[in-house]
Amino acid sequence: MLKIDTLTKRFGDKTAVDAATIHVTEPRMIGIIGRSGAGKSTLLRMLNRLSDATEGSITFDGEEITALRGAAKRDWQSRCAMIFQQFNLVPRMDVVSNVLHGTLNKRSTFATMFNLYPQSDIHRAIEILDRLGIAEQAPKRAEALSGGQQQRVAIARALMQDPRIILADEPIASLDPMNAQIVMDALRRIHEEDGRMVIANLHTLDTARRYCDRVIGMRDGRIVFDGTPAQLTTGVARDIYGAGADFSEAATSTAIETLDSHEARKAKAYV
Amino acid sequence: MTDATLGTPNGARSIDHIRASYLAQVQRRRLYGGLVLMIFVLLMVSGFMVADDRNAGGFWDGLHQIGDYPAEVLAEAWQKRADLPGLVVEFFPALIETINIAAVSTLIGAAAGLVLSLLSTRGLARWPRLIPVFRRFMDIMRAVPEIVIALVLIFVLGGGPVPAMIAIAIHTAGALGKMFSEVAENADLKPVEGLASTGATWAQKMWLGVLPQVAPNYLSYALLRFEINIRASAILGFVGAGGLGYELRNSMAWGPGRFDEAAAIFILLFGTIVFFDQLSSRYRNRLTEGHAA
Repeated sequence: MLKIDTLTKRFGDKTAVDAATIHVTEPRMIGIIGRSGAGKSTLLRMLNRLSDATEGSITFDGEEITALRGAAKRDWQSRCAMIFQQFNLVPRMDVVSNVLHGTLNKRSTFATMFNLYPQSDIHRAIEILDRLGIAEQAPKRAEALSGGQQQRVAIARALMQDPRIILADEPIASLDPMNAQIVMDALRRIHEEDGRMVIANLHTLDTARRYCDRVIGMRDGRIVFDGTPAQLTTGVARDIYGAGADFSEAATSTAIETLDSHEARKAKAYV
Repeated sequence: MTDATLGTPNGARSIDHIRASYLAQVQRRRLYGGLVLMIFVLLMVSGFMVADDRNAGGFWDGLHQIGDYPAEVLAEAWQKRADLPGLVVEFFPALIETINIAAVSTLIGAAAGLVLSLLSTRGLARWPRLIPVFRRFMDIMRAVPEIVIALVLIFVLGGGPVPAMIAIAIHTAGALGKMFSEVAENADLKPVEGLASTGATWAQKMWLGVLPQVAPNYLSYALLRFEINIRASAILGFVGAGGLGYELRNSMAWGPGRFDEAAAIFILLFGTIVFFDQLSSRYRNRLTEGHAA
């Protein structure tokens, strides 16, 4: 289905992503973990074609993605939705308009400039918002919403694109634990109910473990781990993060449950 | 772990309600948008018709002649292209005079605009109650055309660069004061509060707390104004303020035969604008990147 072959991205003499090879045969929920600067975001941005690869190729259902230009590239972007850490909504526009931006690729520039979306699209946008539990916010400006609500609007925009793949670049990094759980649950539900592939950059190990079918670990631009959450032992995690023996998973956790666990208390003692 | 945390799904009735009210909002917005567009088109058409009626020649009759004058100037300048470098050198002192007028008036106008802008910005003003007074004062400065002030001053003080300088400075103070105050409105007030907590005076708070934040924007606006002022001081030369404008009027009024001089003056003006544009973008970059202060 999705094949990434020796994908490389260099900025000057610095290699951000170094010959990444990932094969995905069926829609899965995939988590990419690693330290900041490990190349996770760059990898996702290349998948969405927000930035161009230096070398290597991406193929999806036999179609070469890295070679797409112009309208074909924008068509791919509409099939491969992206969710950002800072939500990247248009703050002064209302929630439904932001969700309707998911249809921009299918509509003419003129129609979108004058806000002439078909009524069926507006209905669908509100249905998606209802599915994510924020339909009451529909007429409000995006900037008036809390972080967790804004991220759900961003997910709604992604769903509006009706994509095969949803890429999520640190979707919960700017959220509090409660909202982080709501957003991750929503992504998981979209994966399970709609059968869409979800690839998420995550900065906490336990989130990757809890929500993903497959975990990919990156370090200094290279893929150093690719397996199931069960295979992701503490030793492997130490390798991925380049951490010493005092590394504890719970120390970076944002999940609410970890607060109760004995490990968390131990981790606190280190701080 | 999925459903419960997503918030309770709305009943069919409430989602219908949300839909209906949002669609009503969309309809209303489209109606307003359409009305605004109609008014705009009407104003355009009616304004054009009024202007066309009052025109001596008529817009459509004259349209095809629009290129005639530049073509004549270019043709003559091309014929006498050998003289151009000499003419450029000849008019260079006049250019210096023009730039001088522009530079002095920009400096004076920017300084006055700076003070006026801080006095008329909400949250920063020294006397908040007087904000409307300073605003109207700047409005008046902007409203009167430079050329009117210059003509009055030339009548009083006699011809020369000083009336032009004063006229441009007054307009600059009004225009920059308005732009500066819009930038200052977006300045972060936290540093100002920090300085206030140390017992700083108003001038100290402005100079040390606000100016460092707004300096790059102020500088780029001031440099843009300088470009506009070069052109303005050239135009004021037409009414006797000296400089490049005076020479341009002479060469243009003479008609064919001295178009090469007009071309040389245009080259000088164009080159000056390009030069200062490049200069301003460079300095603006340096300021925003924080290499120089």
